[in-house]
Amino acid sequence: MPIFYETEVNSRLMLGTAQYPSPAILAQAFKRSGAGIATVSVRREAGGERAGQDFWDLIADLGVKLLPNTAGCHSVREAVTTAQMARELFDTPWIKLEVIGHADTLQPDPFGLVEAARILTDDGFQVFPYCTEDLVLCDRLIEAGCRVLMPWGAPIGTGLGLNNVYGLRSLRAHFPDVPLVVDAGLGLPSQAAQAMELGYDAVLLNTAVAKAGDPALMAEGFARALEAGRFAFEADPMEPRDMAAPSTPVLGKAFLA
Amino acid sequence: MKIIVNGASHDTVATTLAGLLDELGHGQAKIATAVNEAFVPAAMREKQTLTMGDRIEIVAPRQGG
Repeated sequence: MPIFYETEVNSRLMLGTAQYPSPAILAQAFKRSGAGIATVSVRREAGGERAGQDFWDLIADLGVKLLPNTAGCHSVREAVTTAQMARELFDTPWIKLEVIGHADTLQPDPFGLVEAARILTDDGFQVFPYCTEDLVLCDRLIEAGCRVLMPWGAPIGTGLGLNNVYGLRSLRAHFPDVPLVVDAGLGLPSQAAQAMELGYDAVLLNTAVAKAGDPALMAEGFARALEAGRFAFEADPMEPRDMAAPSTPVLGKAFLA
Repeated sequence: MKIIVNGASHDTVATTLAGLLDELGHGQAKIATAVNEAFVPAAMREKQTLTMGDRIEIVAPRQGG
């Protein structure tokens, strides 16, 4: 099972906590998925409001590790301050670092991401950067102190799957010892299985489960696909080829022409 | 004194961040704070004085992806 910053988790699924029809359905989805990590965020709260405490009670009951994010941050300073507030609230050095660079695609800002990762690492954070599959960017993130990389499969919330299989495969080959997580863009379990077949360590998703007609059933679908894909990777798949090759022996075939 | 709390104008008699949180009814709520875009740890709220025009952010745990 994957090890993130010397902590082993019991699942290859990291599941978001947003957009579910109800808290009860969120809890059911987590139970059926077996997810080991839940992503969470921080948002404004008014005096006397109990939303924060209610959500805290809900996720405490899930019994999973928490990965706070800096979702929606567009600048280094905003992301760093949000990370610091999240660390105090959730009592963890883990941070899913998002520095968004483009409003339509929610593509990470690679320059701001590296700068924020360096600041947070120096401040004792263990950074999980939401990045693209760009090899040079990922090199810089490793230099900045990141020990996990989380390239997108496709833009957040699109469900398009793995848009750049070549790039993700290259990343796996270049960083054989760094835990790699496909973060964002997955819509179907088959896409999660494909990420596993590429040798990725885990996937992080939210919308695909939360917006399914039956989130708990979809969560279990993803869990099974992850297991199947990982089995395939570990089993050393056959090489594809262009020409047909009969699987039934030719030798000994009856001559009936 | 006029300050900005979570993006909205607010008149306060509090002189510290801790006093403001009491005034707003946060009590012992699970929150984190920033003043003028800089994080203020819980242990520093008593010492964090407020100045007219300060921008205060008060956040709590929420759903996220």
